[in-house]
Amino acid sequence: MAGTNMDLLRFATAGSVDDGKSTLIGRLLLDSKSIFEDQLEAVEATSEAKGYDYTDLALLTDGLRSEREQGITIDVAYRYFATPNRKFIIADTPGHVQYTRNMVTGASTADLGLVLVDARQGLTEQSRRHAVILSLLRVPHLVLAVNKMDLVDYSQEVYDRIYAEFTQFATKLNVPDLEVIPISALKGDNVVTRSEHMSWYSGPTLMHHLEHVHVASDRDLIDARFPVQYVIRPKSDEFHDYRGYAGQVAGGVLKPGDEVVVLPSGMTSKISRIDLFDKEISEAFPPMSVTIHLEDDVDVSRGDTIARIKNAPTPTQDIDAMICWMTTTPLQPRQKLAIKHTTRTGRALVKDIQYRLDVNTLHRDQETRELGVNEIGRVTLRTTVPLLADPYSKNRTTGSFILIDEATGVTVGAGMING
Amino acid sequence: MQSMSQTHSDYRLSQLDQLEAESIHIFREVAAEFEKPVLMFSGGKDSIVMMRLAEKAFYPARIPFPVLQVDTGYDFPEVLQTRDNWVDRLGVKLIVASVEQAIADGIVVDDGKTSRNRLQIGTLLNAIEENGFTAAFGGGRRDEEKARAKERVYSHRDEFGQWDPKNQRPELWNLYNGRLHEGEHMRIFPISNWTELDIWDYIGREGIEIPSIYFSHQRRVFQRDGMLLTESEHNPLRDGEVAEERTVRFRTVGDLTLTGCVESTASTIQEIIEEVAVARVTERGATRGDDRFSEAAMEDRKKEGYF
Ligand SMILES: Nc1nc2c(ncn2[C@@H]2O[C@H](COP(=O)(O)OP(=O)(O)OP(=O)(O)O)[C@@H](O)[C@H]2O)c(=O)[nH]1
Ligand SMILES: [Mg+2]
Repeated sequence: MAGTNMDLLRFATAGSVDDGKSTLIGRLLLDSKSIFEDQLEAVEATSEAKGYDYTDLALLTDGLRSEREQGITIDVAYRYFATPNRKFIIADTPGHVQYTRNMVTGASTADLGLVLVDARQGLTEQSRRHAVILSLLRVPHLVLAVNKMDLVDYSQEVYDRIYAEFTQFATKLNVPDLEVIPISALKGDNVVTRSEHMSWYSGPTLMHHLEHVHVASDRDLIDARFPVQYVIRPKSDEFHDYRGYAGQVAGGVLKPGDEVVVLPSGMTSKISRIDLFDKEISEAFPPMSVTIHLEDDVDVSRGDTIARIKNAPTPTQDIDAMICWMTTTPLQPRQKLAIKHTTRTGRALVKDIQYRLDVNTLHRDQETRELGVNEIGRVTLRTTVPLLADPYSKNRTTGSFILIDEATGVTVGAGMING
Repeated sequence: MQSMSQTHSDYRLSQLDQLEAESIHIFREVAAEFEKPVLMFSGGKDSIVMMRLAEKAFYPARIPFPVLQVDTGYDFPEVLQTRDNWVDRLGVKLIVASVEQAIADGIVVDDGKTSRNRLQIGTLLNAIEENGFTAAFGGGRRDEEKARAKERVYSHRDEFGQWDPKNQRPELWNLYNGRLHEGEHMRIFPISNWTELDIWDYIGREGIEIPSIYFSHQRRVFQRDGMLLTESEHNPLRDGEVAEERTVRFRTVGDLTLTGCVESTASTIQEIIEEVAVARVTERGATRGDDRFSEAAMEDRKKEGYF
């Protein structure tokens, strides 16, 4: 059974409206033979009915009625395909600035960001905004796909210019791994098959790159972190004394015998056993969902974090973070919001907005008094409960949080902790 | 048989183990944060995988919520049998919301034209409201259909049970937001990221019981709208239709008057996996009359409150 030993790559598209993201995903699915006949027939029929000259491959992912009517993507579409050794989860995100929150949704879990630019236009404010978001989200691998090469005569000069423009911009960002690929999503050049029009390009096709990019090393296997989700107490005769702490390992490797501390209480104990369903296992690492048992009867509940005694986060109520603001009412000092960090929820007070980031110039505007919708800034918060947090640069799970508007219940901010 | 070995020199999890871990995480979040969850259990392969994941998430404790089945009155007996076996083995409480009862009580109206599938919506929403459920797990997968491909793991429903696809809450990392107002509920899709092939790989790996109609068998069937439907008292033959015996299996199970089968000799999980791997038509396109009416059929039903 192939699926049982394949690995997994999650990637998200990014870039301005109409740069060809959805078309590219359609092309990728089509050329990798991941499209079913009935799906293709449906989009061929729609394209023909609309009087298009060619089949609009974006219709393969633009699944909502309003998306098809407007010809744009509004919300993330998740698509799946697999090659013999790897399964891919694609988040095709919208380019329209109004739907940036949905782009952030799709990119937050990605291992790789695929930024498209239209070769005729080069970088736009929106491509820069998305590159900044991908870098803030610490998406470890980045591909810049210079698309619509068919419309610029497959010109190497155009490619070189955009390449230079982007690498110059990227020096100010945190981009650990970058590949720049000239493609035509519509015609298929360098997507799955090598282009016959760009002999000057010797790099990989997009598919080849996606299949081979090395993702296993992107996790933190040093700093053990186990946010407790749920306490399992069977209350049955057979398992009368069973008391296990269930959760998903957020960092490091945990083993029976490890000396651990429970935060925020600071009580210490030893791991006596780790269960994975009905089996005891010898070690647990991210992203395993397991149940941990401790030797001592210490008080542990949801929201606590188990870590190693000599390597634990310091509980803190003062948070310094980059925030992506996602709602039309601006974020302002003194505002109160609900906060969810790992399995812990509390309330947060906005103490200060240190600066707003200009996504075009990366200039830090320190005069700002608020963050508007789709803006990014550095903010200081004070929380009602101590958070057991790490810098986001060290751990994407224990370094992230969401902010929730208490009146509407809507998620309004995405936070990445500095440090 | 578990593929998980005792030591991992390279600390890698296969994609299937990663999917399992993600789904278990979702089950535990919901059990911890919602007052009254329920698992929508049809007895089909996706809801069986959900049950298995829920079993693992809380083991050795019982699954801490009941399961709900919407009985169309047109369900395959083999599926109901499997449902009962699962419910008995895990000792969970089963609530059956019957479409026929809902019709009798005037909760939904059977005008003779509306399919049972559509009548399920009102029946389901009524059961959720009556029992005060605040979260309902569904076995929807994003690879099934392109409106589903757009849906969040936590999918918010207003007080009318409706989904607003143009205005979904952002959903970041694995930080799920379960806030609700009075009367609203959340649909939870813990196997969002699983594909049809993943489901089969997992069923094979776990060695769990599924309804026999997923495997090749002899059945009297007839052609309608390009589908092979089962002969049944609920589905009288129309003019020109003839039933004959064929060797078939089902790729999905639902209302038997609308769920088609495919000709197949696949009689083991391994053979099903081989068949699915080379299939050229989606499982719903091939076999679900309810999805074939228009490009937006699923989106429209989902907005109203369908699974
Ligand atoms: N000539 C040419 N046209 C392309 C190419 N890629 C995309 N297009 C066209 O560009 C238009 C926009 O493509 P989409 O794929 O919908 O763009 P998008 O980036 O997904 O847009 P949003 O999701 O709304 O941000 C469509 O008409 C495509 O057919 C390409 O490589 N060459
Ligand atoms: Mg698009």
